Amino acid sequence: MDVLYFAWVRERIGMPREVVQTDAATVADFVAELRAREERYAAAFEDLSALRVALDQELADFDAPLAGVREIAFFPPMTGG
Amino acid sequence: MRISVQEAPFDLGAETAAFAAGHSDIGAIVTFTGVVRDLPDDRMDAMEIEHYPGMTEKAITAMAQSAVERFALGDALIIHRHGRLQPGEMIMMVATASRHRKDAFEAAMFLMDYLKSRAPFWKREISSTGAEWVAATDEDEAALSRW
Repeated sequence: MDVLYFAWVRERIGMPREVVQTDAATVADFVAELRAREERYAAAFEDLSALRVALDQELADFDAPLAGVREIAFFPPMTGG
Repeated sequence: MRISVQEAPFDLGAETAAFAAGHSDIGAIVTFTGVVRDLPDDRMDAMEIEHYPGMTEKAITAMAQSAVERFALGDALIIHRHGRLQPGEMIMMVATASRHRKDAFEAAMFLMDYLKSRAPFWKREISSTGAEWVAATDEDEAALSRW
């Protein structure tokens, strides 16, 4: 799965994107896998209420299923306009 | 309907004139322009705007389609810049066209509220004291509930 990070999530993890193999059933399960990897992931995903997630470029919830998803993105609340 | 996500500056006058031209069935055009505001207590060197290529265009197109249907717009234009901008530079513009002014005003407000919290842009203010990501506010999120 392609995993993208934006803004301070990108800075904390230290890269804009990576490819991760996973069998996680939901976004929350996938986040738990990432957090267990290294301290920088644990730091980036410390507070899920401060994060948003998009699945294949559509906003989604953390309990959303990952079946069939090709691209997942994590970022802080958006500040457009 | 035209959506443009671009790094380059845009010409507000030329864009507005082009948008207004060629409509005989509309009676109102509303435009909104967002400008990079300097910091209250420090001089901002630049504002950097990051976005999510692909999702940005899709999200804005969906908002614009929704505004066109909801407010019976004749047309809509959204230009949003990304990259490094200086204080005083124009970040973005919205233009809406409708038969009567109420719909054009409301559609512009609707689009601005959605662009603020649902278009994948992230702003960072760079000054002599460092770089700070701009935090989303509860007011911005609450503004969506009126629609």
